[in-house]
Amino acid sequence: MKKNMNKNYFEVLRPGVNSTFQDNGRNNFYHIGIPFSGAMDNRNFLLANTISNNGINNPVLEFAYQGPKLKYIGENISINVTGDVNFKIIRKNKNLKFSCYENIVLENNDCLDILSTNRSVYGYLSIGGTFEVDYYLNSCSTNTKAKIGANSGKKLEIGQIIQLKNIKKILPKNKIEYLNSKIENIRIIKGPHFDYFSKDAIDSFFSNEFNVTKLSDRMGIRLKGPKVNNIKNTNIKSEGLVKGVIQITADGDPIIMLSDHGTIGGYPKIGVVISADYDKLVQIPPGSKIKFKEINLKDAETIFKLYEMETQNLISNIK
Amino acid sequence: MIKNISNLGDAALYCDFGSEVNKEINRNVINHFNNLKDSNFLGITNITPSYNKLVISFDLKLTSYAKLKKQVENLELKKKNNSKNNLIKIPVCCAEEFALDIKRLQKLLKINEEKIYETFFSKNYYCYMTGFIAGMPFLGDMDKSLFAKRLETPRVKVPKNSIGVTEQFCNIYTFESPGGWNIIGKTPVDIFDNKKNTEPNLINPGDTISFYPISKLEYEKKYE
Repeated sequence: MKKNMNKNYFEVLRPGVNSTFQDNGRNNFYHIGIPFSGAMDNRNFLLANTISNNGINNPVLEFAYQGPKLKYIGENISINVTGDVNFKIIRKNKNLKFSCYENIVLENNDCLDILSTNRSVYGYLSIGGTFEVDYYLNSCSTNTKAKIGANSGKKLEIGQIIQLKNIKKILPKNKIEYLNSKIENIRIIKGPHFDYFSKDAIDSFFSNEFNVTKLSDRMGIRLKGPKVNNIKNTNIKSEGLVKGVIQITADGDPIIMLSDHGTIGGYPKIGVVISADYDKLVQIPPGSKIKFKEINLKDAETIFKLYEMETQNLISNIK
Repeated sequence: MIKNISNLGDAALYCDFGSEVNKEINRNVINHFNNLKDSNFLGITNITPSYNKLVISFDLKLTSYAKLKKQVENLELKKKNNSKNNLIKIPVCCAEEFALDIKRLQKLLKINEEKIYETFFSKNYYCYMTGFIAGMPFLGDMDKSLFAKRLETPRVKVPKNSIGVTEQFCNIYTFESPGGWNIIGKTPVDIFDNKKNTEPNLINPGDTISFYPISKLEYEKKYE
């Protein structure tokens, strides 16, 4: 991409660990091996777009752990950051600190430095306008494995230019008072292969903590803890997977499949994380501990309704 | 018929068609898949057919397990035959540099290279499902004389477009990926084209594949 093609753009001075453009994700392509993708933490994605007065499926920039450092060139623009994120704006050699969940004005030559997510994984940058990105199969979500979506299916790279369009007039502050909930029990519904595991293994699975390992990304979270002993078969005939499903590998370790997961898998499924706990789950960083709790389908559906109401309340309380 | 429907978490249906792997069961799965795709059941976000299961994911904001289960149970199967399914011919180059595991197979199966390829190319293969990575087809059934185990230690990187075999199945690695199947050749044809915005995958569940051998020279020509 040429510079100066458009008068409003970001130049990437540092790409960050895993910065990708995301939206609501891609429906209806599991059968050809293309996962859902989309923003990992749906609530924070939704809040970012709402604060920017954008449509709910507008592309955002998702980052993990360390975010990008972006130099802005153009007319004044409103931006906001959601998640539990430490960031600053460097303006004429001065460091300015701001909070998440409110609109901030970015000026020509400002440098937005997203330093880190605090005891969490993902954060989001939304703008009062639109990132100019490519769409593939009805979504801009970048899937780096299939090399599809925005940015030619790649993470942000150093030196690249991100063009912006439809810049809005400066937006009101639109502040939301919101604290990301910290880690607690992850609730699951038992899976179709629950009886592949001994009673002792099941008891141990629910009574012990598991460590989130560094082998965790947008595809899945690998856990280490007491081995989950299989008494039937460590492999099944490969079959469809969903977000949040927990497979037990032949080694007896759990893997939780996340938004970019392989669409089919051949390990027994001990359970599935309930939809209401998914946003919380993806934000658990390596080094933390997870404890599982079994609930039934009816309770999971009720808890999801409450979670949705809570999200709607947050949105309607924008000041 | 679906033997049993249960819930996979709170936002998916797990439809069980049996425990064996055969074309009859799989055609039943794919027939349900095709009919479900044409249905306008509210809230379905993904339908994943596999050997003998069908997983239907849905948006919990729009529908529920109980509602969708009733709809699937009452689904009228209109299409009997999968008229959309095609015969697709795939060229394979078996040059030494592409056939990474042919020596291992000769030892394992106690059959010489020539006979392995002769047997492999003499059959048509049925596509049970596609997935795991984008567009990867799971094909079968191999001739019994070619049944071989996976590699003890999977490769970290199987080259893109490699043809792999294991047990009764063969597949095509649509992207460079980790994998443990025995590699016997490589095709110059892209099975998944990420530049195509409609139907990026060449092979769909239910299709029939016929492989044919090409020389290194022909392989290089196709790549130009």
